Amino acid sequence: MSRLRLSRRTFVKTLIATGAAATLPSVAKLAETWAAESHSPHARKTQRRWVMVIDLAACDGCKKCTAACQKEHFVPFGQEWIRVFETGNNPYDKQNFPLPCQHCEIAPCVKVCPVAATYHNDEGIVLVDHNKCIGCRFCMAACPYGVRFFNWTEPKHSPQEQFVQYSPEFPVPHRKGTVEKCMLCAHRVKIGRLPACVEACAAAEMWAIWFGDANENLVTNGRDVAKLTDLLAEGRAFRYKEELGTHPRVYYLLPDRRDRRPADSRKPAGKSDDPYRP
Amino acid sequence: MTPTVPDPHPEERPVLRPLQRTGWGFRLLVAALLAVIAAGAYAYVTQLRLGLGVTGLNNRVTWGIYITNFVFFIGVSHAGTLISAILRVTGAEWRRPITRMAEAITVFALMVGAPMVLIDMGRPERILSVFRYGRLQSPILWDVISITTYLTGSLLYLYLPLIPDMALLRDRLTEVPRWKRALYRALAAGWRGTPRQHAALERGISAMAIVIIPVAISVHTVVSWIFGMTLRAGWHSTIFGPYFVIGAIFSGIAAIITAMGAFRWVYGLGGFLTDRHFRNLGYLLLTFNLLYMYFTISEYLTIAYGAEVKDTTLVHALFYGAFSHVFWVMLIIGLVLPAVLTLIPHLAPIDLLRRVPALRPIPLGVGAAILGGVGATLHVRGVAYVNTTLGVHHDVVLVAAGVLGAAAFLALLPVLKQRPVASIVLASLLVNAGMWLKRYIIVVPSMALPITPTEWATYQPTWVEWSITAGAFATFILLYALFAKIFPLISLWEVREAKVPEPAPGARAQEVVA
Repeated sequence: MSRLRLSRRTFVKTLIATGAAATLPSVAKLAETWAAESHSPHARKTQRRWVMVIDLAACDGCKKCTAACQKEHFVPFGQEWIRVFETGNNPYDKQNFPLPCQHCEIAPCVKVCPVAATYHNDEGIVLVDHNKCIGCRFCMAACPYGVRFFNWTEPKHSPQEQFVQYSPEFPVPHRKGTVEKCMLCAHRVKIGRLPACVEACAAAEMWAIWFGDANENLVTNGRDVAKLTDLLAEGRAFRYKEELGTHPRVYYLLPDRRDRRPADSRKPAGKSDDPYRP
Repeated sequence: MTPTVPDPHPEERPVLRPLQRTGWGFRLLVAALLAVIAAGAYAYVTQLRLGLGVTGLNNRVTWGIYITNFVFFIGVSHAGTLISAILRVTGAEWRRPITRMAEAITVFALMVGAPMVLIDMGRPERILSVFRYGRLQSPILWDVISITTYLTGSLLYLYLPLIPDMALLRDRLTEVPRWKRALYRALAAGWRGTPRQHAALERGISAMAIVIIPVAISVHTVVSWIFGMTLRAGWHSTIFGPYFVIGAIFSGIAAIITAMGAFRWVYGLGGFLTDRHFRNLGYLLLTFNLLYMYFTISEYLTIAYGAEVKDTTLVHALFYGAFSHVFWVMLIIGLVLPAVLTLIPHLAPIDLLRRVPALRPIPLGVGAAILGGVGATLHVRGVAYVNTTLGVHHDVVLVAAGVLGAAAFLALLPVLKQRPVASIVLASLLVNAGMWLKRYIIVVPSMALPITPTEWATYQPTWVEWSITAGAFATFILLYALFAKIFPLISLWEVREAKVPEPAPGARAQEVVA
């Protein structure tokens, strides 16, 4: 004992030094993942970059998209993963406004999740892993679009629902105490089908919702195929709460644009320098 | 106990008596608290069984009074450690009798506050995921790290100055039950009071006192950042860190004054907790009251003047909308009345109130209580019908109750002026209530605010939430009461040390001066 005597001070010093040395790599790793996760979403080259374009001029507010979504995902009672709002500043200015998850590239919900239960998949879709979600609902507080829902009680399970194999891309059966939201029909787009809301909108002969891949610059509404950039330029697209810097992957085409602009200005401006514009 | 040798410190008897004897009052208190805790536990089991759907929370207001309690208790936890540490570091000699009580508040407030988040979780069984999959980018992780550090530090900081007292009890309380003697012997850690031990202890305490201050500040800062880091109106504010820290110290001071008042009254510790302690802490309370007013004015004036739609929507709801009742009550009982009460000895015109006829506290107070009860009853949905047929708007009754209440308060002022300690304790009680309401005002309106083209959301806490909240407060009081039965509430050796100054070589100069 006396020969091996290590003073307390030296011991504590060594302990702190070792601890710091052990922490350094994880700090570096953290910086790396942080950069990859939230600060430069465009640094990651993904195969697909799914986008949705909602034509507000075509939407008549029938809510068939909501119904189709609820059927497709056995959405628990009280939740509307795509919700159709009625907006407007006066009675003559009524406007239907369908609001799915915006699948932000810099997603406030992904930032704040303490356990990485909500994340971007390789195709840019914001998903929730219900095996990981701890139900703290921080993501719901952080989401500026109010498109997240919580299973406050055990959802009613339909017989068909019971046969589904759970995956974050198709979060069925639903679980009590976890957060739910639109997952852009990740399970359907994987096998080349359009999201349920897009199909329902086409079936209602409204063709208001377009869906496609920004990498390919192509979108379809179930009837026509369009160049995404043309559609956005022609429709004078905007994104909801653009000023928040969340870079949503859902675009809206202005409702009152028809016949208001001279024909020649409808030409697309060409490839933009702005990386946030496809 | 009949000491054969004359007791050298007879003044310490009131401190030691609760450790030796347990009266019926204490047993009754514990039984009552356990009943409240059992009700809370039953409510929590209900919530576990059926899910958070048994609360008033919904998809818009996803955080409610659980998070309010969390912020409140973490705030109260600043009582102790921060106040006692700051007073220690600055060498304020009068702190000696109050440090232990303050430090104990910290530990118990953290023990009750931190689990509130667990109770709020939809999947509490996955709590360990926070360590397994924890993402440092999430402010929740900042809280986990900061609060666990604070709890560890506070426990150490509570324990270190306890060591010499443990030795004292080990040697002196020979007639207490065996487990207590064993506990004292273990916790005394072989303390014999040698100069070397004293030096080491002093060094340890000084180091902890300095280390704990930034940790304490970080705790309430990161609690505020849970809100501040989101993009919500009312939350997304750079002022939130310091605003929360000041609020935490403010409610912490109120908590310690309340505890001091209670123990001085119950255990007769007036010899240690003198009027001077209440006066000094009252001044501290006033200082932080003014600071908090300043922050509150800064907060609301900035967003109201800028008048962005989302901000004005919030400010309107607070000032004269759905949350105005809570908001104004919070301002009046949390800030204005405590300021008057702490300043009371210096307000000469108060004596003039005695001359006003009919300004008598009891009849006015009774009147206010009756009218308040009627007004509150008229608010109940079923009674609203009767109310409309009578043609009396219920807010008129409430305003009348408020006027009578204010008159009763004015009538009470000359009485309170004679009892400065009572008025400071009353102020601290009001601050506690006001700061809880303030936390509610921080958490709920920003969530109820429409962020999409919709209406305001509503939130009405249910019996489950109220029971769990009551259980949390009862747990806090129970922990404190049990602590008071096992450990001396006054740091005896530190008080003795102050009375017999031994200016040993190298002793800190400021202590001698003070």
